[in-house]
Amino acid sequence: MILFWAGLLAVAMLLYVLLDGFDLGVGILFAFADEPGRRKMLAAISPVWDGNETWLVVTGTVLFGAFPAVYAALLSAFYLPLVLMLCALILRGVAFEFRYKAQTRFRWIWDIGFAGGSLIATFIQGMTVGALVEGLPMKDGHYIGGTFGWFSPFAALCGLGLVLGYSLLGASWLVRKCEGPLRERAYQLLPVLTVGVLAFLVTAFVLAVAMHLSLMDRWFERPYLVLFPLIGAVSAIGLLKAVQRRNDLAPFRFVALIFMAAFGTLACSFWPYMIPFALTVDQAASPKESLAFMFWGAGLFVMPLTLAYTLIVYRLFHGRVTEATYE
Amino acid sequence: MEWTALLLSRLQFAFTVSFHIIFPSFSIGLAAWLTVLEACHLVTGKPVYRRLFEFWLKIFGVAFGLGVVSGIVLAFEFGMNWSRLSEVTGPIQGPLLTYETFTAFALEASFFGVMIFGRSRVTPLVYLFSTTMVALGTTFSAFWIMVNNSWMQAPVGYAVENGVFVPIDWKAIIFSPVVWVRFPHMLIAAYLTGAFCVAATGAWYRLNSKFAAEALVMLRMGLFLAALLVPVQLFFGHLNGDYVHERQPAKFAAIEGRWHDEQPAGEVLIAIPDEAREQNHFELKIPYLGSLIASMRFNSKEVGLNSFPRQDRPPVLVPFFAFRVMVGCGLLMMALAWLGSIYLLTDRRRGETVLLWGTFLSFPLPFVATLTGWFTAEVGRQPWSVYGALRTADAVTPALTVEAVTVSLIIFVVVYLVIFSFGTLYVYRLLRAGPVESKPVLPLNPKRPLAVAGGSPVRKIVEGSVT
Ligand code: HDD
Ligand code: HEM
Ligand code: HEM
Repeated sequence: MILFWAGLLAVAMLLYVLLDGFDLGVGILFAFADEPGRRKMLAAISPVWDGNETWLVVTGTVLFGAFPAVYAALLSAFYLPLVLMLCALILRGVAFEFRYKAQTRFRWIWDIGFAGGSLIATFIQGMTVGALVEGLPMKDGHYIGGTFGWFSPFAALCGLGLVLGYSLLGASWLVRKCEGPLRERAYQLLPVLTVGVLAFLVTAFVLAVAMHLSLMDRWFERPYLVLFPLIGAVSAIGLLKAVQRRNDLAPFRFVALIFMAAFGTLACSFWPYMIPFALTVDQAASPKESLAFMFWGAGLFVMPLTLAYTLIVYRLFHGRVTEATYE
Repeated sequence: MEWTALLLSRLQFAFTVSFHIIFPSFSIGLAAWLTVLEACHLVTGKPVYRRLFEFWLKIFGVAFGLGVVSGIVLAFEFGMNWSRLSEVTGPIQGPLLTYETFTAFALEASFFGVMIFGRSRVTPLVYLFSTTMVALGTTFSAFWIMVNNSWMQAPVGYAVENGVFVPIDWKAIIFSPVVWVRFPHMLIAAYLTGAFCVAATGAWYRLNSKFAAEALVMLRMGLFLAALLVPVQLFFGHLNGDYVHERQPAKFAAIEGRWHDEQPAGEVLIAIPDEAREQNHFELKIPYLGSLIASMRFNSKEVGLNSFPRQDRPPVLVPFFAFRVMVGCGLLMMALAWLGSIYLLTDRRRGETVLLWGTFLSFPLPFVATLTGWFTAEVGRQPWSVYGALRTADAVTPALTVEAVTVSLIIFVVVYLVIFSFGTLYVYRLLRAGPVESKPVLPLNPKRPLAVAGGSPVRKIVEGSVT
């Protein structure tokens, strides 16, 4: 039961990162586009971004239901950053509509809300992961670091890294969804961003070793972890090839693979901890009465339904933004 | 009063959840109303129902969207501000919220898509079915959240092991009698919200001699529904009072403004309670009625607040006044709905303008009643977070600093005020424009409710009319 919910949580998180990742990424790139480009960018994500964000709520509530101790510890530890992230997501969410409702004169407000909201939300998510990798100040399963205990240069670096990462995802989505100059610009960005992301990953790794982060010991205990960077490297090569050949569908898949590799690395080096070296999956899990209650309804029936629905929407919206089929 | 992290967290939760509830109560009501409209259209084939449907669908979209963004904040706040609560009651509250997320999503999300897209793609019956499912989804959401909150009000089916609340009987939790009086009370509150907003819009158009056919339908459907529902609501309100009397005597005493044990007990209609002196000023009191209301007998003994130690008493002023405002709104709505219905049924002319103005101005009533109802319930629950089992002071995140909560509270207030103002302006513009004949709604995003209300990027690009 515990394994089932840990797995489901991982799936929900991964889906969130991949799905909301690309639309947050498009949001970041939005800042650098001209007006016609901006419209197309919005059109490329507006059908799906809200459903994507749903996976954040799923992640949150599954965490609450199945691993309340982690839910409590993490959310209270990252109090201020989360407040900012929530507000960023709100502003970004309403900007989709308000931008078109506002008079042209005031449009810039919502443009800032949209691009800025995407940027801030992304940065905070990356920073959170960075802080976890570095290790939160915890005692007896409780956070003891104070209001800013999560902050460190390393965490900030990870925030920047995710900004690059999501932008990469976003660019690969645009390549797939758009035509004309926008697609071309996205193609030009892809190699640059790829190199940026790889450089970040290498820097983070080297830093982690240099800082003697305890998490790095995992690499000696679990040599199979090396598999993940390999997958990542191969995908990066595939990505660059696909860019050369202007194969529109492939880049997104390769970037997704890179993300999965990174996610896999983290998941496997955290395991069995959820908050490294403070709370394990078993320690944090709800009693079996709670897990079973969720399993027999939400886990077994409703979750598959939700997945099916997500697929259907993506099918409904496949195709390019400017095609007439895009009713 | 000291500005502790606890007090600020309470304020912040009260503010964010009060903001949130405005939208669900509106959208639960509207979803049901849309279902009814669609069914009417299917049965009668009259275009007026169709026009009304398209019109209210846009407004529904805005309310739904604002409900979604403000709800996400709440789901996080449990862990951020109330981490002790989440940690020890997570095994019970967590699964309930998980169910809310999953059941409400699966239904709302998939079928909302069909509702916006599907007109031209599915048969009318499937379309009606989808609309019904959206309404059902919002209802499920309300159900699970009421189960959750009712457990906090009257905890059952659990055992405390190592300080953690472990569920031992989910049936007892879900089928608690408290749930089954509070859930209907909340659901009807939402329906009344929808009914009065619709009727008020009808009255507004009628006063301006616009959209005559639509205005009449809105007035009729809104007021008739309200005329039926308000009495039922008052009845459930009474049942709510019964459970409070039985399970939360201190809250009951606070609502009644009763300081000392009384036998027989009188009913304080209005007064200004004075917590320091433990007495009421300017009291207007009816003898015997207190006993009658509480226990259905003329001479029952009713407990007063000073039978409880001070640290176990809730604040008195808020529940006392909030309750009276709620009941007052209820009685006003009853008067309006019945008078209005009689007018509509008998086709009388005299005094119509007054009645129309009354109806037009009535739309805040259900919102106010809903908010004050929740204030009664939640402030009256203090000082307990889980009634009788976990104090609010022990529920708050221990490490939270005053500075952090001050900053977050300010940020939330600013952001919410901004989006609330724009959202309201937006709805107002839609309402002013009225149910004009519009092109069939183009397929948009199912999970992007805000898109319904016109101006969507996808649609504009498709139509090639980007300006
Ligand atoms: C009586 C009804 C009711 C009440 C008391 C609440 N909600 Fe709510 N909530 C709804 C009825 C609702 C809804 C009607 O189902 C919404 C509004 C629009 C929507 O999509 O769902 C919603 C949306 C909504 C969402 C967004 C869902 C999405 O992404 O689609 C979340 C996370 C919450 N709520 C969480 C909460 C929490 C944690 C609450 C209390 C502490 C709460 N709600 C009180
Ligand atoms: C005579 C009329 C009414 C009575 C006696 C009554 C009674 C009550 C009581 C005792 C509570 C507190 C329950 C608790 O503490 O848990 C309550 C809560 C509430 N009331 Fe009313 N009520 C009446 C009318 C209304 C009306 C007209 C509305 C809305 C349109 C409304 C909406 C609410 C809401 C939303 C709550 C909070 C949710 C809950 O606790 O169930 N009430 N009511
Ligand atoms: C949507 C309608 C609701 C309104 C308007 C409302 C209102 C309030 C208010 C005014 C407070 C502050 C009370 C005080 O500290 O004096 C509060 C606290 C709180 N409410 Fe609600 N509430 C609502 C629904 C809910 C629901 C559905 C839940 C749970 C599922 C909930 C959980 C809480 C919690 C955890 C607190 C803070 C800690 C505590 O006092 O226990 N509320 N709410």
